[in-house]
Amino acid sequence: MSKSPNLLLPALGGTALVLGVAFGVMNRDYAADKIDTLETRVEQVNAQASAAADKAKAEATRAAELEAKVAEIQANAQAQLLNASATQPAPKTDGRLGLGRAALPEEIAAWDVDVLPDGRGLPEGSGDVWTGEEVYVENCASCHGDFAEGVDNWPVLAGGFDTLGDKDPVKTVGSYWPYLSTVWDYVHRSMPFGAAGTLTPDDTYAIVAYILYSNDLVDDDFVLSRDTFLNVPMHNADGFIVDDRAEQEYAEWRTEPCMENCKEEVAVTMRSVFLVETPPEGGSNSVMNHARTVDDLPTFSAAGPSFIPEAAPQPATPAPTVTKAAVSDGDALLEQGKKVFRKCSACHAVGDGAKHKSGPQLNGVMGRAMGSANGFKYSDVFQEANAEGRTWTAEELAAFLAKPKAYMKGTKMAFAGLKKEEDLTAITAYLESFTE
Amino acid sequence: MDDTFKPSRRAFLRGSAAVAAGTVAGAATANSPDPLITELQDWASYTGVGVDETPYGMPISFESHVVRRNVEWLTASPISSINFTPIHALDGTITPQGCAFERHHSGAIELSKPDYRLMINGLVDQPLVFTYDDLMRFPRENHVYFCECAANTGMEWAGAQLNGVQFTHGMIHNMEYTGVPLRTLLQEAGADISPDKWVYVEGADASSNGRSIPMEKALDDVLVAFKANGEALRMEHGYPVRLVVPGWEGNMWVKWLRRIEVTDMAVESREETSKYTDVLEDGTARKWTWEMDAKSVITSPSPQMPITHGKGPLVISGLAWSGHGKITRVDVSKDGGITWETARLGKQGDTKALTRFYLDMDWDGAPMLLQSRAMDDTGYVQPTKAQLREKRGENSVYHNNCIQTWYVNAEGIAENVEVS
Repeated sequence: MSKSPNLLLPALGGTALVLGVAFGVMNRDYAADKIDTLETRVEQVNAQASAAADKAKAEATRAAELEAKVAEIQANAQAQLLNASATQPAPKTDGRLGLGRAALPEEIAAWDVDVLPDGRGLPEGSGDVWTGEEVYVENCASCHGDFAEGVDNWPVLAGGFDTLGDKDPVKTVGSYWPYLSTVWDYVHRSMPFGAAGTLTPDDTYAIVAYILYSNDLVDDDFVLSRDTFLNVPMHNADGFIVDDRAEQEYAEWRTEPCMENCKEEVAVTMRSVFLVETPPEGGSNSVMNHARTVDDLPTFSAAGPSFIPEAAPQPATPAPTVTKAAVSDGDALLEQGKKVFRKCSACHAVGDGAKHKSGPQLNGVMGRAMGSANGFKYSDVFQEANAEGRTWTAEELAAFLAKPKAYMKGTKMAFAGLKKEEDLTAITAYLESFTE
Repeated sequence: MDDTFKPSRRAFLRGSAAVAAGTVAGAATANSPDPLITELQDWASYTGVGVDETPYGMPISFESHVVRRNVEWLTASPISSINFTPIHALDGTITPQGCAFERHHSGAIELSKPDYRLMINGLVDQPLVFTYDDLMRFPRENHVYFCECAANTGMEWAGAQLNGVQFTHGMIHNMEYTGVPLRTLLQEAGADISPDKWVYVEGADASSNGRSIPMEKALDDVLVAFKANGEALRMEHGYPVRLVVPGWEGNMWVKWLRRIEVTDMAVESREETSKYTDVLEDGTARKWTWEMDAKSVITSPSPQMPITHGKGPLVISGLAWSGHGKITRVDVSKDGGITWETARLGKQGDTKALTRFYLDMDWDGAPMLLQSRAMDDTGYVQPTKAQLREKRGENSVYHNNCIQTWYVNAEGIAENVEVS
């Protein structure tokens, strides 16, 4: 359609040419009126041709306009496609879709246990410092230490006052935490590690009272409850400000950056402290970088490096190593045991290279004397068992793991026990598969 | 058959050795014909493995070094720990789920779709419980976003520490998420969405990892997501449902999301008071530092990706991102920040997503101090470590978005350094 007006022009030009040739070969002896008639006709035809050409031109212009318009509409449609149907956000639902079901009060009570800074959400109950010490030692001390000082890399809960301005601040409940609600909420909900959600409100009040006491925030006759909760002054309550990067930093750093001669000279002031080796079995080993002197490195200026040094001793770069993933044991019982062991793995390690964590490593545990893992500091009850010459058998282990605190009264192991018979069978088989 | 075309085990081994050495003298300068070309290779003669050999495919064994790695001494236990995405070995912008970093506070849990429940309660007209299938019936969206741990590069406050971009910058991944806007679920429950309200979110795992999100953000771009890069979330990333909080610190992206509570104040949970707050030089701490500021890093060359080809054409490549919007420009310096040139973006930056940049150069073999500097569409320019320290001191762990420097020596070996 759009092309046809353009085709009209050459077609009309052709007609005029044919007429012109016809005129040239006319015989002059024909009657003058005949000539006049013909001349008139030629003029008429010429006029018609001219009019037709004008019309064609106009149509061509209009066609071009229409073509432009079509392109514009197509482009708009394309843009709308992109903006509308293809990348439209999910439609705003007018009103509700009626999905889900009403949450029951018992369900909300089971899950909605968070405690707000003003104490809302705290349940009935109470706990004093001395009860707290007992519950704490039983449930928390294996990682956080008897005096909340922290074992290994586990969090320190007490002390650290006046360290917040240091380069490595010790951030404890006492030195850093601004709200008591946070302590109560976290202990109640997420501790002990590996047995979250098992502490009663009374236990929690008691543990929190003991942690406060460890931080000199309360006296030893303090009883924590909903009533006394808001009276505890937290050391760092006023130590926080709301994010002020917008004023302090963004305002200054939203500028056109320097591109040339931004510094006169640049020198290396520090080389990496640790090199990281990547063993094929996964993970990584970091080792100290012994080539840490910066003396043999060039300084830089706009002219380039001050010298080109001999290549430095190569830092250990990880060699791409090709390994296959360990073939998983097909034995279903062992697989099951491995899953059950996850409940233990917060505190115990087993397998190649297993080391003591807050509990002893368990390679070869089956058949070995109780309380005998080298280098592990056992609780009294296990030291006694060791002195009595008791050894771990499948029966002993299953009985212990079913009810640890009842079976070995005084154990530091903060684990509630395995309830299912098949879990006990599986864990026993699993541990039996690791020999020394 | 002519002997020349017999598959030769020995030739195969020779060929492999030549490739493994990866020296400057490649096939282009070979004086003798390359047996990899002139001799018939096993793979060109024997058949390969059939379909279904691995119903769910893993990378080929040659790539088995491209994995997440941890640094054991950083944390007390791998159950409450972090590992790092091998960003040195990836290109483009999308992070495959299988090598995207993990951060657990009490281990990754196995929670099935049938066992999954999501509760909305608090300041709502009707507290609701959704199953996984319920969630699948809400209108959903797709978006690519980066997720960066607030502690990414945290070690480096104290100076150049770990020698590898995987370890200095690998607490980040970038995926395409499919999910339901949080605002849709809030509306379904008839939530009070006035601007002074908060949305508290928690996970189903033992840590629970609760965080408070201001209502304005909750109504903006937060997603309740169930797919990443087209497939179900991995266990370690919160299967079956996690929260996606675009541009904000990874700790808020609650995994195994089980409850959404509308509250009239921030809960001030453990993760938003004792952790993920930024101690300044005078000992006061900033809280509610949610946004991840613009940042970039050169992923190659880097300590794990030395230059092995010698002088000549060299591709410098890296990643840039901003929690405030799109990356508009990345500049690269080869002399420690004296001179900068603008790098080429792999494609136009997406909001709150990783952007890949390249600088193609002709390396003359001289040592370099490589740096990259990102700018986002708010005009923010990634700061130097000195600028950050001047504002904040060195007491903090989180939100270190400083310009990173790699010293590349004449041999092409790169090392993590700090410069004047």
